[in-house]
Amino acid sequence: MAKLKINGNMLEIDVDGTTPLLWVLREQLGLTGTKYSCGIGVCGSCTVHVDGEAVRACILPVSALKPSQEITTIEGLSADGTHPLQQAWEELDVPQCGYCQPGMIMSAAALLNENPSPSDADIDAKVNNICRCGTFNRVRRGIHLAAQIHKGASKRERS
Amino acid sequence: MMNRERVDISRRDFLIRTTTAGAGFSLGLYLPLSSAGVLAAGSGSSAVPEVNAWVVIEPDDTVIIRIARSEMGQGTLTGLAQLVAEELECDWSRVKTEYPTPGQNLARGRVWGSFATGGSQGIRGSHLYVRKGGAVAREMLIEAAAEAWDVPMEECRVAESVITHTPTGRTTSYGKVAAAAAELFPPEQVELKNPKDWRLIGQPVKRLDTVDKLTGKQVFGADLQMPGMLNAAIRACPTFGGRLKSFDQAKVRKMPGVRQVVRVGDDAVAVVAETWWQAKTALDALPIDWDRGPNAAVSTASIEQMLDEGLDSEDAFVGNRSGDAGKALRGAVKTVEATYRYPYQNHATMEPMNATARWTEDRCDVWCPTQNGEAALQAAAEAAGLPIGKCEVYKIHLGGGFGRRGAFHDFVQQAVLIAKQLPGTPVKLLWTREEDMQHGHYHPITKARLVGGLDEKGDLVGLHVRISGQSILASVNPGWMSNGVDMFTFQGLLPDGDHAISYTVPNLLVEHAMRNPPVPPGFWRGVNINQNAIYLESFIDELAHAAGKDPLAFRRRLMANHPKSLAVLNAVAEKAGWDKPAPAGVYRGLAVCKAFASHVAACAEVSVDDGGRLKIHRIVAATDPGYAVNPQQIEAQVEGSFVYGLSALLYGECTIRDGSVEQRNFNDYPSMLINEMPEVDVIVMPSGGFWGGIGEPTIAVAAPAVLNAIFAATGKRIRQCPLKNTDLRSA
Ligand code: FES
Ligand code: FES
Repeated sequence: MAKLKINGNMLEIDVDGTTPLLWVLREQLGLTGTKYSCGIGVCGSCTVHVDGEAVRACILPVSALKPSQEITTIEGLSADGTHPLQQAWEELDVPQCGYCQPGMIMSAAALLNENPSPSDADIDAKVNNICRCGTFNRVRRGIHLAAQIHKGASKRERS
Repeated sequence: MMNRERVDISRRDFLIRTTTAGAGFSLGLYLPLSSAGVLAAGSGSSAVPEVNAWVVIEPDDTVIIRIARSEMGQGTLTGLAQLVAEELECDWSRVKTEYPTPGQNLARGRVWGSFATGGSQGIRGSHLYVRKGGAVAREMLIEAAAEAWDVPMEECRVAESVITHTPTGRTTSYGKVAAAAAELFPPEQVELKNPKDWRLIGQPVKRLDTVDKLTGKQVFGADLQMPGMLNAAIRACPTFGGRLKSFDQAKVRKMPGVRQVVRVGDDAVAVVAETWWQAKTALDALPIDWDRGPNAAVSTASIEQMLDEGLDSEDAFVGNRSGDAGKALRGAVKTVEATYRYPYQNHATMEPMNATARWTEDRCDVWCPTQNGEAALQAAAEAAGLPIGKCEVYKIHLGGGFGRRGAFHDFVQQAVLIAKQLPGTPVKLLWTREEDMQHGHYHPITKARLVGGLDEKGDLVGLHVRISGQSILASVNPGWMSNGVDMFTFQGLLPDGDHAISYTVPNLLVEHAMRNPPVPPGFWRGVNINQNAIYLESFIDELAHAAGKDPLAFRRRLMANHPKSLAVLNAVAEKAGWDKPAPAGVYRGLAVCKAFASHVAACAEVSVDDGGRLKIHRIVAATDPGYAVNPQQIEAQVEGSFVYGLSALLYGECTIRDGSVEQRNFNDYPSMLINEMPEVDVIVMPSGGFWGGIGEPTIAVAAPAVLNAIFAATGKRIRQCPLKNTDLRSA
């Protein structure tokens, strides 16, 4: 039995503790937005947030997670698909096949959490997800655009 | 020919699966489980009859355009919809798309044509009949309105889904007349618009399939869930041509969730369990005994020997011959010779191979990501042992294709063979990355020896290209060969056609000594142009250097008869500023090629530091695809093809040991990341009059342009890929 807080919901899940979070999300909870591609922590397709930081769910056994930790998946990134990254991605038509994109967006979101206006070098250092379709240049532009959208939104909120 | 037979394919029976796991969680996956279902690629769910095979219009003016080819990231879904919508004159903001099923295509006399999605054919292979489909529907809609008003059709105009009777100003919309239009006979003849009147084709409209990819909602094959579904993990004999001897299922039968352990064909075993993780865990614990078969001693070195022998053999197939290359080389003032090599590579789609199947004695249904629904259906029927009419394939969105999911449906056959052992139960088979890496249909391996001769002025007088290595067609589709020759091996080096050489060489001989090692080859993004362009474009650079000439000027002298190729080459040279010095420490390289009927060129700018670290700063790329349906998607494809091509150049290599691929996963088969990605400057320069491909052609020029730039930077001529095996420190 694992007790996990996922996208704001406290859940009790009947599962062997050695099961990686990825498979609990996908198979126990039906949250299939988080993808399997390598299973060894290399590609980033399975990226989710634990307390706002990017982690690779395919190599994280659920037994390593505490009920107090906030797990966020692509489905929980925003209530209505309007996270600045989602807006920017839509504006720039970033995805190609789309398979790597939930992980790509979650990596970028974690970067923006810690650094609201990242430089190209920051992006190079933190967004190391594989994309075989080759969306990198739009991903980069999308992150910069999202940072602007976010800035605009917080300015509006303040005024 | 339009088919008047009324087939009720707009009836859709969807089962909705809702997984609930605690408060606030619910996920619905829409699965067509009925035999008559049409899988909605968009979210159409109307019960109105189609206007024709391509177009359904709902009463609220929603336009559903049917797409036969598969969307796998390349944007063909949007491009094809643009083609239909252009002629249909509909409101683009109301357009949705859906896939007809391959079974329906067969039942309706292949009214949607080919489902094959490869060879950069999506748009260029079907633009004529899909535009006609849109035009025919438009005429029927106008006729329905004219009939209702009792006015001549000629007095009606149409724009944005609104039909206007010009003399009276009366209007109606497509949604209002669609049902009546569906009852009419289609016109025998329609006229297609003149390209200069296009309003939607050529526009950088946004893709139709983006939103669900941003929220996790997009369902890929690997994501399918169905009521009562079980999950399978599989292992096939890692040695090519090997067989499954035995397995000890007692060891895993009691592990959590395990339902069955089954033999799959003669070379694989699968564990079927409640969840895939349980299946995979049990499979890892399963003792398996393999019969390694006849290829157990095959290695990269033994394959190399085969290829080396082919470089020198007397016999070879001729792909292109003009003049007398041998004589010209003997008479040349200076000759240059070099041998190049290009390795095996996996496709490594981000989504590993998978398929879901449900089999009963009289029916088999398969849900899978496929580049060719009809081939998937064929494979399913064969494995099911049922007539094709009792089988159906529902195409699910692909997490990448690149050629892996077009000609090969091994994963579909396996899924059906497993499901057959659990009649009535849907089973989803998902390969591990390791299985995917070891059971690919690999980019074929070749070597090439090139000999070129220069005269006293430094002009090229003769060129001999001897390719030695693997034929894709001999393995995959021998029926496409002519007299044992695989002309596809000569992509980019042929005398004419979609893959013609971009130069006029006075005395030219291009040959192929076919040597087929027992490693299964397959089509790949670009495939043979990838290495052929490296061979030719690197060697042209070698010749220019030997002649003491500028690589651009040397090429131009050979291109007088190839004005479109010359135009793209000139465009990249101009945009990159070839005639001006590059920034300090930065060096440039060029490449040009014709592939899939498009003319493409690139100018790469690189630097190599003292430690031998390569940085690719920028690549200027030009493409002339004849017509550019959606320029912003063309840009995305050029960038994407560079990532695939540069990943291949930097890292892509599958080595063979004991008859198996040595690589297992992305740790030993890396792919480039964002920090290695150059800026890409895309020039889209459609010259009209022909339809060229988009997804693949530019892959060919990325690698040779970079290799030529590396030579300019370091003086090192690299003739082996991938670069990870080469020390780039200056000589
Ligand atoms: S699937 Fe987790 S990093 Fe690749
Ligand atoms: S969009 Fe297809 S792998 Fe990234």
